[in-house]
Amino acid sequence: MAEDVAIIGIGMHPFGRHDNTGMEQGAYAAREALKDAGCDWSDVNYAFGGSSAAGNADTMVSALGLTGLPFINVANGCATGGSALISAYNAINAGAADVCMAIGFDKHPKGAFDPDPADFGLGKWYGDTGLMLTTQFFGMKIQRYMDQYGISASTLAKVAVKNFHNGSLNENAWRRKPMTEDEVLNALMLSNPLTQYMFCSPGEGGVALILARGDIAKKFQKKPVYLRSAVLRSRPFGSFEVFNSWLSPDRGNSPSVGAAAAAFKMAGMGPSEMDIAQVQDTESGAEIMHMAECGFCEDGEQEDLIQSGATNLDGRLPINTDGGCLANGEPVGASGLRQVYESALQLREDAGAHQVPKPIKTAFTHVYGAPGISACTVLSR
Amino acid sequence: MTTQIPVAEELFTWPSDSPQLIGTRYPDSGVTTFPQSTSCPKTAAQNGERVLLPRVGKLWSWTIQGFLPKSPPYAGKETPKTFKPYGVGYIQLADEVIVESRLTTAEASELKIGMDMELVIIPFTTDDDGNDIVTFAFAPVKK
Repeated sequence: MAEDVAIIGIGMHPFGRHDNTGMEQGAYAAREALKDAGCDWSDVNYAFGGSSAAGNADTMVSALGLTGLPFINVANGCATGGSALISAYNAINAGAADVCMAIGFDKHPKGAFDPDPADFGLGKWYGDTGLMLTTQFFGMKIQRYMDQYGISASTLAKVAVKNFHNGSLNENAWRRKPMTEDEVLNALMLSNPLTQYMFCSPGEGGVALILARGDIAKKFQKKPVYLRSAVLRSRPFGSFEVFNSWLSPDRGNSPSVGAAAAAFKMAGMGPSEMDIAQVQDTESGAEIMHMAECGFCEDGEQEDLIQSGATNLDGRLPINTDGGCLANGEPVGASGLRQVYESALQLREDAGAHQVPKPIKTAFTHVYGAPGISACTVLSR
Repeated sequence: MTTQIPVAEELFTWPSDSPQLIGTRYPDSGVTTFPQSTSCPKTAAQNGERVLLPRVGKLWSWTIQGFLPKSPPYAGKETPKTFKPYGVGYIQLADEVIVESRLTTAEASELKIGMDMELVIIPFTTDDDGNDIVTFAFAPVKK
């Protein structure tokens, strides 16, 4: 069953800062994906999509064509794109559609996000007193992790250096200038131990994927990529998330642990069988912790893995091969789909300058966001 | 004479010589939330009881807010020029609950996971009448 959904078309509007609207970036990505799939908009019989700050995705039908297709808007924070993909995957598996589009796009103002405490079930005091910042959470989660598992500041910096290097090779990335470890470490300290260049920034961009029933995929695309699983989880009791005014001393797992385990189980494959991985790198520490949460290593092993280059493009397990969120920025609605776009590009050996040198057959993606949601996929050729 | 006004009611006991944070404890699960809540996140029970939390605890993790937060939601009146970084941390209060709080120090060299911390009440902004608005914070325990 799980091999019956294929990605037949991928399209992306470059990430970064642009003059056009988020919606236009989404429509651009949709046209690119249709072109890549060799199909017409009228062939698509279901669509799911969303943005967090750039409007209702279904408005896009006036740009793509008023074919009357069912188009469902998805709003699920940082997992908006992942949720659109899971919805499309389920629609095909359920027999409700044979060609589906999943789309995400966004356009955020500059600077850190400034959410309203009430949207997260918190009192106004929480924002008043200066606690309503995602950056603080990321600083505190990795601070404790470094203390517990012996991760060094140099390793934090090396993650950023790697992702900016990968971004420099990716024409769709936003940040294309490589940086040295010293430049990253000596940059402005935003939220100790994380410096300015260890954080991604809210940005702009759009990604669209055309999915189809596996048995008809090759009618459209000679190199289809198969979606072996697509899973979303919200947080279990005891997880540590953004905007928690308290935590239980009875500690539990992150939602990423459950999402990744379920994605591997559904795909019938394990982490050791993945050739590449895209994991949420909202900041460098997140990539390090997510490596363990997703099952790619034990807690603490990241120090040696990253210092030895195992996660570089030419390493044993290349991670964030397109530069991740650090080099691409984070247009919330599009971010999770960017990871799947990149995986498909790599599996098709179409990534050009940032193609991993080893032959690959499998890929994993992981997105994570507020208020404790994670979406994972396993893909293969 | 200015008065000190708490940023929110029922966050901490005030005025008080030895203020305490106020939480909700759920007897069935043993879960304590801060601030107060109406249902247990573990069991969904709705029989929580108002409880005063320990005044001292241990630093569980920390960071330093290095840039001026956006207003809103931040109610501090600093400008980018007058802003001074502030510490933020999680403090474990016995085995009961780990609370998030501002810290009285923003010096990385003064903060270490596991160190003893105690609750204090600090002014962090003023209202239109010039009254201090106060909130809770944790300070390193002086040896």
